[in-house]
Amino acid sequence: MMNKSEKTALLQSAGAAEEIEGRSLWRDARIRLFRNKAAVGSMIILGIITLLAIFAPLLSPYAYDQIDWSYIQEGPNWENGHIFGTDGNGRDLFIRVLYGARVSLAVGLLATTVSLIIGVTYGAVAGYFGGKIDSIMMRFVDVLYSLPFMFFVIMLMVVFGRNIFLIFVALGAVEWLTMARIVRGQTLSLRRREFIEAAHATGVSNFKIIFRHIIPNVLGPVIVYMTLTIPQVILTESFLSFLGLGVQEPLTSWGVLISEGAKVIEASTWMLIYPAVFLALTLFCFNFIGDGLRDALDPKDR
Amino acid sequence: MTTNHILTVENLTTRFQTPDGEVEAVNNVNFHIDPGETLGVVGESGSGKTQIFLSLMGLLAKNGASTGSVRYKDKEILNLQPRELNKIRGVSMSMIFQDPMTSLNPFLKISRQMTEVLVEHRGMSESDALARAISMLDRVGIPGAAQRVHMYPHEFSGGMRQRVMIAMALLCDPEVLIADEPTTALDVTVQAQILDLLRDLQTDFNTATVMITHDLGVVAGLCDRVMVMYGGRVVETGSVRDIYYDSHHPYTEGLLKSMPRIDRADEESLFAIPGQPPNLQNLPKGCAYQERCEYVFDRCCAERPLLREFGNGRASACFREDDK
Amino acid sequence: MSVMNKSAKKDTSPILSVRDLKVHFPIPSKGLFAPDRQLKAVDGVNFDLYPGETLGVVGESGCGKSTLGRAILQLIPPTDGQVAWLGKNIVGAPHRDMQPLRRDLQIIFQDPLASLNPRMTIGEIIAEPLVTHKPELGKEEIKARVKRMMARVGLLPQMINRYPHEFSGGQCQRIGIARAMILEPKLIVCDEPVSALDVSIQAQIVNLLQELQREFDLSLIFISHDLSIVRHICHRIMVLYLGNVAELADRDSIYAAPRHPYTKALISAVPIPDPEIERNKERIVLTGDLPSPLSPPSGCVFRTRCPFAKDKCVQEPPVLERVSDSQEVACHFHDSI
Repeated sequence: MMNKSEKTALLQSAGAAEEIEGRSLWRDARIRLFRNKAAVGSMIILGIITLLAIFAPLLSPYAYDQIDWSYIQEGPNWENGHIFGTDGNGRDLFIRVLYGARVSLAVGLLATTVSLIIGVTYGAVAGYFGGKIDSIMMRFVDVLYSLPFMFFVIMLMVVFGRNIFLIFVALGAVEWLTMARIVRGQTLSLRRREFIEAAHATGVSNFKIIFRHIIPNVLGPVIVYMTLTIPQVILTESFLSFLGLGVQEPLTSWGVLISEGAKVIEASTWMLIYPAVFLALTLFCFNFIGDGLRDALDPKDR
Repeated sequence: MTTNHILTVENLTTRFQTPDGEVEAVNNVNFHIDPGETLGVVGESGSGKTQIFLSLMGLLAKNGASTGSVRYKDKEILNLQPRELNKIRGVSMSMIFQDPMTSLNPFLKISRQMTEVLVEHRGMSESDALARAISMLDRVGIPGAAQRVHMYPHEFSGGMRQRVMIAMALLCDPEVLIADEPTTALDVTVQAQILDLLRDLQTDFNTATVMITHDLGVVAGLCDRVMVMYGGRVVETGSVRDIYYDSHHPYTEGLLKSMPRIDRADEESLFAIPGQPPNLQNLPKGCAYQERCEYVFDRCCAERPLLREFGNGRASACFREDDK
Repeated sequence: MSVMNKSAKKDTSPILSVRDLKVHFPIPSKGLFAPDRQLKAVDGVNFDLYPGETLGVVGESGCGKSTLGRAILQLIPPTDGQVAWLGKNIVGAPHRDMQPLRRDLQIIFQDPLASLNPRMTIGEIIAEPLVTHKPELGKEEIKARVKRMMARVGLLPQMINRYPHEFSGGQCQRIGIARAMILEPKLIVCDEPVSALDVSIQAQIVNLLQELQREFDLSLIFISHDLSIVRHICHRIMVLYLGNVAELADRDSIYAAPRHPYTKALISAVPIPDPEIERNKERIVLTGDLPSPLSPPSGCVFRTRCPFAKDKCVQEPPVLERVSDSQEVACHFHDSI
């Protein structure tokens, strides 16, 4: 135990000494994530696809809705710049695949972000307050859960027309339910931990406890769930587009392209293969990253 | 060459491979146990006291490996194949743990768990095994043993469960009983009951007992000899009276001085050993205790003191012994 | 020089008065129509606490000591009874009224690491009470106060940006103490603060608490099952059994002349680190097991294990009686035992 003079020296040096950088749990998790080769590879591939999507117009001499009358429904041809070939209307498939990437990735990320914000807050509040509030909130979730998703989407489409923002809303509106359930479960187990009791004893407001103490500690499973939700959302959007309920012409998404390609699968295989490969690759990447994150964030390792 | 030690451990070292590097939980430990004696193994977290016995019972985690020699009577048992080791584990050498709930199978009745051991190892018939189980439960003080033997572990209280563990451990009349913090999780009045039981059984069965604990009070009441561990190494050994009334190693001294006593009213502030328990991943060069020792000098930081005997079964790992 | 404040402050009024405090938890019954059972964790506790005093609360599992500590701070709502803090009853007080009182009422927990938010730096953790109760302070001032408190409890101030998992158990407990002390409270409930720590570290933390008590004139409620430590640090000691007070006395009286059979058994059960004394001491070993708090025995709750139980003990629960200036016992036969 220190004696008085040591303590005084300590106090004097308190201002002088440099503060040591802490090693947060997020940093540890990041290090573990980067050791996972499949996850890192997936991040690189996704990065490339994202860049391609962003810089799409620069990468092709053709616009996405431009018709090349001289080259309708023809296969890949490096000389005239149609590296993926063209579709039934003579539009360049390469640029349309990249525009499709824009739509799919945007829908995936935005819908998931919306569901994240709503779901996490809702679930944390329900789990934290417990009792009647929790019961009512979760019964509401249960009711929504049982509504058939497709009817809901079709109703929106019928009333508001085919609008890409509506797709975000519809998808976000479904995904937040599961997120809320997950967060509520995590919150219930977190609520009894001593550091939450300590915050109560200090007099910290409920609002602050939820946002400062509970939510940062439930983010682990939430992040993992997010990376696994994004592919689901993209797939759902593709499915809607496949059915003709998705984005409007001339905008396109992978689902639309796959739908068109499926119709002419024997004659013009390229129209199906390229968008399908991009879709599949993206979904794989998100799943590998999700797995990597789950391993990295697993508190057991601590 | 036969010895009369029932258990002899030489140069036992146990290492664990962790994501952050290799950790030496037990470092070059030497000791022996004689028939019928009770050895207290004392230490705090990181001392290695439990890992020694997990090593010799073949219960180490997968990322651990031991080297050295452990002889039960004259037979080498360290790193034996499980099949061979099973002839000794539970039969000649038994171990009981701190938390009886996790050591007992919650899905099996006590009768099944106890008779299993006897049928397997002693070739007894079911009915004979059950009779012996009941008589053993009776011996350890479980009221209504004949009915209770057919209950499940969760139907017993903490103290009762520990008695069941002790009964199970003694079923085959082992010659060595290793008790790893058996009373730490129990209330103090229940602990008193269990310690009483252990004292009784000591006289009746004459089993050599190893009492692993951090509680110096328990050791004072139960043990004949004491081994003090720090940072994976043995730092002092001796008879129980030597250790308590004439300790040599600074750590032992420090531990004894820092214990508040229920039978004394201290007006001074407690003596506290400064510093932290050792970090096994980052042990200093030289003596593991150097940062906390009040007698430290230069040699302690350069060289590691070896355990040196100084007569009468006493030993201490400290350079101060050289000057005495 | 003695490190203990002599508790001769009886002439001042108590800062805390607890009267007939009860905490019962309803346990859903097994049958569809059977009424809910009550777990009587705390069943009628009375005591006063004076400024600068350390009250030890001892007992074994199920005695309700942890629940009592939390009920006093209103972290668990009491079912019945009164807790008067500085003269005013706080049981059932609305959140708005409790909030400002919380600067003076603090708690330290048994598990040092679990009581710290793993995602916050220790600087943020220690600063939180300041930020909550003194929002007018600027960032620099807060940081300076945090660093001063860190040094005071024996932590290196430059560790302010580190995270809890980077510290040992003893250091985590110091962080918890710093957090509890930063607003200079009047009362700290210490819930088994050293039980989870290594023996060589326990003494360090106990010494720290005593120093802080002297310096800041703190009152402590020291909850523990370790009677040796309690003897060292406490002025008065309250022994609980199944939610009831068995004995409440000042330190010297209770260890020299315990009156309640449970207190006697408890004291004799504690192993003493001295072979001669330990092997030759007279032992009072209780029979049987702790009854369940769900169905406590009628009359005196201790009667099922008491070597002196008589008929009266089955019929009538004993009341806490004052037997001397410094001792109160709840036992029908404390005179004759």
